[in-house]
Amino acid sequence: MIHLCDPFEINYKFTITNYEFKKVQETSEQYNFDFHRETAEIVRDGSEELKIKIGEFAGPLDLLLFLIKQEQANIFDIPIAKITQTYLEYIQMMKKLDIAVAADFLVMAATLIEIKSKMLLPRDPKAIGEDEEFDDPRQELVDRLMEYEKFKSAAGMLYERSTIEQAIFTRGPIESDENNAEVDASVFDLLTVFQKIAARHVDEIKMEIEREEISLADMIKSLKARIFEFGEINLLEFFEEMRSKRELVTAFVAVLEIVRTETVRLLQKTTFGDIVLKKV
Amino acid sequence: MEEEVQEIERTPRSPAELMTIVEALVFVADEPVNSRVLADVLDEDRGAIEAAMEELAKEYEAREGGLQIRSIAGGWQIATRTELHEEVRKFLKTRPSAKLSLASLETLAVIAYKQPVTVPEILEIRGVQSATSIKTLLDKRLIVAKGRKEAVGRPMMYGTSKDFLIQFGLRDLTELPSIEDFEDLVS
Repeated sequence: MIHLCDPFEINYKFTITNYEFKKVQETSEQYNFDFHRETAEIVRDGSEELKIKIGEFAGPLDLLLFLIKQEQANIFDIPIAKITQTYLEYIQMMKKLDIAVAADFLVMAATLIEIKSKMLLPRDPKAIGEDEEFDDPRQELVDRLMEYEKFKSAAGMLYERSTIEQAIFTRGPIESDENNAEVDASVFDLLTVFQKIAARHVDEIKMEIEREEISLADMIKSLKARIFEFGEINLLEFFEEMRSKRELVTAFVAVLEIVRTETVRLLQKTTFGDIVLKKV
Repeated sequence: MEEEVQEIERTPRSPAELMTIVEALVFVADEPVNSRVLADVLDEDRGAIEAAMEELAKEYEAREGGLQIRSIAGGWQIATRTELHEEVRKFLKTRPSAKLSLASLETLAVIAYKQPVTVPEILEIRGVQSATSIKTLLDKRLIVAKGRKEAVGRPMMYGTSKDFLIQFGLRDLTELPSIEDFEDLVS
């Protein structure tokens, strides 16, 4: 939804295209839309503002496909000059409507212009004799469009499937500690463990004369080796091995890092139980 | 060793008995339950469980009642019938949850078919940055990180999750139509 204050301006734009833009940057993710809707509509809700409900382009390839269809052009023989011109007009319009034009749309504009200029240039007479196949500068774009359209159709299929799935309901959960098993431990659960250990370390005040610090990289390396050797590690036990607070912090960061980068998960088998690091 | 002795002593369950038991277990299960899990719990042959479930599914089908037995995400599940969604929704006072945006659905499609796949590879196909969509999909637990690719910059690889199978009603990934099938639609 875009809010505009001048209704005349909107009408003017509607005469150009009859198609409006959804803010291309995927800022608002939580809204319903009709997958098959291809026309824009104006919604009046009594206030001074005019709201335009707009179609959405998922990206520059999507826009390009739309334009090609609108021109009823053959995808294998794109009228590149015409399409480039309309594409640029659309981008201009997006700017006028004050929609942030994503860089990716500009990249596509540049690509179109490049193809257009290549097609305008006379071909190298020497090259004609050498290679039999006519090297169409549009070919790469056509390939990308074809590939993209397959996934666009697949997205439509997923949409249909999820719609059907939403009409199916299963029984609500039965409350028990058992079905609570193996929940993904959150960062807060992790912090609780960390605090438990840290509190214990405070009690044992020792004279620290010399210490050998272990680097984060080494810690990650040794932790990784252990996970891959044993399959799972009890975090409480792992943290307790640490000799100083600093080492404990390093260990903690190592755990966060390893969960982020490797196929390792944090699991808590029972509520308030020990957290284990487990290889997926 | 003791367990083995018990196994011999126990009189084998009849197929009808087995159907009764698995029906109860699938009913109380929170998520689709795998026949291997049932086989372990009941100390039965996995094939027998699978047969009992299939027979049960047929029975439900024939009865034309309000429930159905479905094979989904590698397990079995008891669920309401699609046709009843209006009444069920009214009773539960729920509305269909917000759908994914077109961009997120596209990103999900690319990940589902190309997994494990990296962000630059998704960009290559979609022609647009997909960071927001990926975040949405991760938040909804439809996709999971699948480690890092041994390439320049060690980009993160993504794949679909079990929740993906459940939410899109798939038994497994092979149930997705082949991506090449969409080619016919293109031309």
